[in-house]
Amino acid sequence: MTTGVAGEAAVAASGVMPPRTVRRRALPGPLQALRPVGLGIAAVLLLALLWEAVKALVPDDGWSIGDLRVLPRTTDLAMPHVTEMLARLGDPLTAQPGADPLWLAVLRAGGTSLRIAAVSWLIGVVVGLLLALLMTRFRIARSAVLPLVVLSQTVPLIALAPLVKGWGAKIEVLTWEPWMSVAVIASYLAFFPVAVGTLRGLTSPDALHRDLFAGYAASWSQELVHLRLPASVPHLLPALRLAATSAVLGVVVAEVSTGMPGGIGRMILEFANFASSDPAKPWAPIFGAVLLGLVASGAVALLGTGLRRYRRAEVTA
Amino acid sequence: MRTTRRTRLGAGAIGLVAALALAGCGGGSGDDEATAGSGGSGGTGGSGDLTPVKLQLQWLTQAQFSGYYAALDQGYYEEAGLDVEIIPSGGDIVPQDALANGEVDYAIAWVPKVLGSIEQGAEITNVAQIFERSATLQVSFADAGIDSVADLEGKSIGSWGYGNEWELFAGLNQAGVEDFSIVQQAFDMNAFLAGDIDAAQAMTYNEYAQLLETENPETGELYQPEDFSVIDWNDEGTAMLQDAIWADAGRLADDPEYAETTVAFIKASLQGWIYARDNPQEAADIVTAAGSTLGTSHQLWMANEVNKLIWPSTSGGIGLIDTAAWDATVEMAKQTSNETGATIITADPPDTAYSNEYVQQALDELAEEGVDVEGADYAPVEVELQPGGN
Repeated sequence: MTTGVAGEAAVAASGVMPPRTVRRRALPGPLQALRPVGLGIAAVLLLALLWEAVKALVPDDGWSIGDLRVLPRTTDLAMPHVTEMLARLGDPLTAQPGADPLWLAVLRAGGTSLRIAAVSWLIGVVVGLLLALLMTRFRIARSAVLPLVVLSQTVPLIALAPLVKGWGAKIEVLTWEPWMSVAVIASYLAFFPVAVGTLRGLTSPDALHRDLFAGYAASWSQELVHLRLPASVPHLLPALRLAATSAVLGVVVAEVSTGMPGGIGRMILEFANFASSDPAKPWAPIFGAVLLGLVASGAVALLGTGLRRYRRAEVTA
Repeated sequence: MRTTRRTRLGAGAIGLVAALALAGCGGGSGDDEATAGSGGSGGTGGSGDLTPVKLQLQWLTQAQFSGYYAALDQGYYEEAGLDVEIIPSGGDIVPQDALANGEVDYAIAWVPKVLGSIEQGAEITNVAQIFERSATLQVSFADAGIDSVADLEGKSIGSWGYGNEWELFAGLNQAGVEDFSIVQQAFDMNAFLAGDIDAAQAMTYNEYAQLLETENPETGELYQPEDFSVIDWNDEGTAMLQDAIWADAGRLADDPEYAETTVAFIKASLQGWIYARDNPQEAADIVTAAGSTLGTSHQLWMANEVNKLIWPSTSGGIGLIDTAAWDATVEMAKQTSNETGATIITADPPDTAYSNEYVQQALDELAEEGVDVEGADYAPVEVELQPGGN
């Protein structure tokens, strides 16, 4: 989901295949811009067709080898029709008078989660960049911190959630809101790709280039600004996108974990109640979560356009 | 090194537009929610002379906790001089731990679960036993022939685990059932409906209603109670005490102000529960307005079923801890072993594990005001569940 359709197109383009480039240039400008969108829509349609095909072809009870079920049940309970899931989106949330239609409720919850994800992305990026700078500057910091950074990702979120919530409750200087716990937990996931990706980028310049700067007696900060930072951009951009999807994932999981109301994660948890009695309903927040991931990585990709001067062949994180 | 220079302006722009649209939608509702939230927490901007109180629930906002939400909405907490914030919990928040760590002032939790925490060192006290009866059922299809606990022999039994399984194990131990397999159950009843689980765990106020909101593929109508066979632990004699209000034992002993707040909090909460008894529909609506997305009929069903767990009160008034029931729960907690052979506790809990002192004061005050705290002539309402609980 990180790279997405657009990402793959870029990777393919970076492979520089002359015939493809020529064919693309032949497309008029606006159409070319719409190409990734068209591909995206086609992919969604394909997925919907695949869903229905599985539903039609696989028996109701799924498909098992011995006791091990390798294909899921395809009953309307387990896999509602695509049309039903879409129709449910148009129906009201509950029968309560004045209840929002489901799609609007999902978008609202998505908006709440997206704002928290944006905060946690920002925290993650700042922390990740600082750590990477520290590790680039001091070799000893790198030997000390890098293993800890890697180790940090092995702590399961479910262990982290009550801890963070507990610390927050003890903070006196500001009123700790539940969403802040969620943001902190999610940024814990988001900082990792940034720290590792940026570190790799900052240390990527050739010895030849570094020698040149050394030959001119450039200071560390000059070398950082004119050599290391520009060289890190191709590593940084995929890391930022990865951080964006990690932030979204982290927010959804942390919402489930802490029970914060209002967001998409809590909606997933709450709607799980209706998987039997209203099977299409629990899928709505799942679509919302997918949309959230796409929007987040799309927004970050947009950031990348500002840095295109420095973009060379992008390295997959 | 090659320069690619391919922009992704198209995708990026669409992403941004969508993000703005989403944020826009979210923005509007965010404000609504914020107002609802602050209205919920007493709506007191200058809560100068109100005592701030945090209450940790053991699950999401739902009518299981209607009494507390009603007390908030009806202003009982405010009248008692309290500015109460109700904190719903999620998958990984353990209310008794939050209380023992000092994050909150009071917590709602089941007695057997907390007994385990107390033995692990949590110093907390049961100050009001709100639910007198257990709501845990083990449900099977009527034609599966599981009419008693003994019939569970050789069956696959669903359970959520995490301390929700003890009544089941107490029942199995009592009936001498040893050959069975425990299946981890999800929050929905799909595994039961699909036949992967022979007897599924269900709360009267939630999962059992989920079943009755589901269309029976054979009839095209909703499932009916007679389609199922139900084992009720209240009838089997292995019911354990469930939702209770827990307070910090250390603060109760050392902090007279906290002890006073505890009485006020219990009293206002009981008033909320009495309101929910007399106005189940309003109580359900209050919970929905507080941010629950449960369907309307499901919410009312839950409010009504929860009332049945409290009323009529046979212990001398809502919240009063029945010593016999407490002792029975402790005894079961010591004796019942789960599938790994572990018991909840190995020794009797300390005397501070429960106290009727505070709830008795609250009940006396309410009785003086002429409030009916026993609900001797309580009658539940009839709730018609709609498809999907809507």
